[in-house]
Amino acid sequence: MSFSICGTGMYVPVHTVTNEDLSALVETDDEWITTRVGVRERHIAVTETTAYMATEAARAALENSGISAQELDLILCATVSADSISPSLACMVQKGIGAHCMAFDINAACAAFLFLLDTAAGYFAGGRVKNVLIVGAERMSRIVDWEDRSTCVIFGDGAGAAVLCEGDGYRDAVFCVRGGDDVIRIPCFEGKSPFYRGVSEKPYIHMMGQETFKYAVNAMSADIQTLLERNDLKIEDIRMIVPHQANSRIIDAAARRASIPREKFYVNIDRFGNTSSASIPIALDALNRSGMLQSGDRLILCAFGGGLANAACLITWP
Amino acid sequence: MTNEMILEKLTAIIAEKVDTDPAEIKAETTFEELGIDSLDITDIAMSVEDIFGIEIEVNESLAAVGDLVGAVAALIGKE
Repeated sequence: MSFSICGTGMYVPVHTVTNEDLSALVETDDEWITTRVGVRERHIAVTETTAYMATEAARAALENSGISAQELDLILCATVSADSISPSLACMVQKGIGAHCMAFDINAACAAFLFLLDTAAGYFAGGRVKNVLIVGAERMSRIVDWEDRSTCVIFGDGAGAAVLCEGDGYRDAVFCVRGGDDVIRIPCFEGKSPFYRGVSEKPYIHMMGQETFKYAVNAMSADIQTLLERNDLKIEDIRMIVPHQANSRIIDAAARRASIPREKFYVNIDRFGNTSSASIPIALDALNRSGMLQSGDRLILCAFGGGLANAACLITWP
Repeated sequence: MTNEMILEKLTAIIAEKVDTDPAEIKAETTFEELGIDSLDITDIAMSVEDIFGIEIEVNESLAAVGDLVGAVAALIGKE
């Protein structure tokens, strides 16, 4: 037994920051950000916490699914920008929606939503759950260096969620982890130990742009090709590819490399920026509510990020 | 393969990338002059890697087209 996605939801902060707004903070402009990154505006938290956004996205997904919080058997959350190290984000979502089931977090950075799906698949396969809530939520504005114009223009805040029910919609998945912190890393706050003599780094996102680009393009194109070949499918058999919304140029280059028409890729980075683990469920919710998806449509979700970790999965829409 | 032959191949790739007449691209032409930024250079390098079966280390030292030609020539020479 696998699962099917039976509901989706999202939440983004009310406050919108445009490229013009950013040009007042750092030396940049709308033309540069739009052509180089693909972002026109992003939602940035003013009072919203990561837990609040996650809970609101979860409520929307539950409502969309028709499943109540009491019917959930498991809550899995992902974030790299939690409000606290403990309690976990999943625990705060459990409290927020009034559920009583097991709840824990998984860290796989921007690729985490795929890892949530696969972890849930294991619980379904073991017959231990009937309904699972998964949430990716990020307040990236908390961990970007607002004086670094190369990164602060990329990211946005938001949360996306999905409710998974018994079904056979999760068809195949591919995962790759290449451990290392040289390309992408987000150090923790160092603390104030009077004994520690190690080097401390600013607790912000550190990203090697060129290496990230190369890794992301290679990973995404290869993972998509693997899923197509392994399932004896052509790209025409896929309704839409939902990629992690990291940078529009990564998506463009991956599409070219995999010889897939760019129109197959769902892209909304222009309105939300890179919301890390929230980007795929936010995109999925937009697709779900747009009416573009029909029962039986095949989707490929693919993501990459810090770890380094990349993944892709093939699902059919219920 | 001579550097001239490598330059010819790279020029074709770069000209297609930036939609420019290949005749405008010389070894001394800088990527900045072509409006090519670091991610574009990486993109071009990946295409070059596929053609020559090499792996190029992309960094700040690749400022002009000739630098990329030199990097490719050195890697081919090692094989």
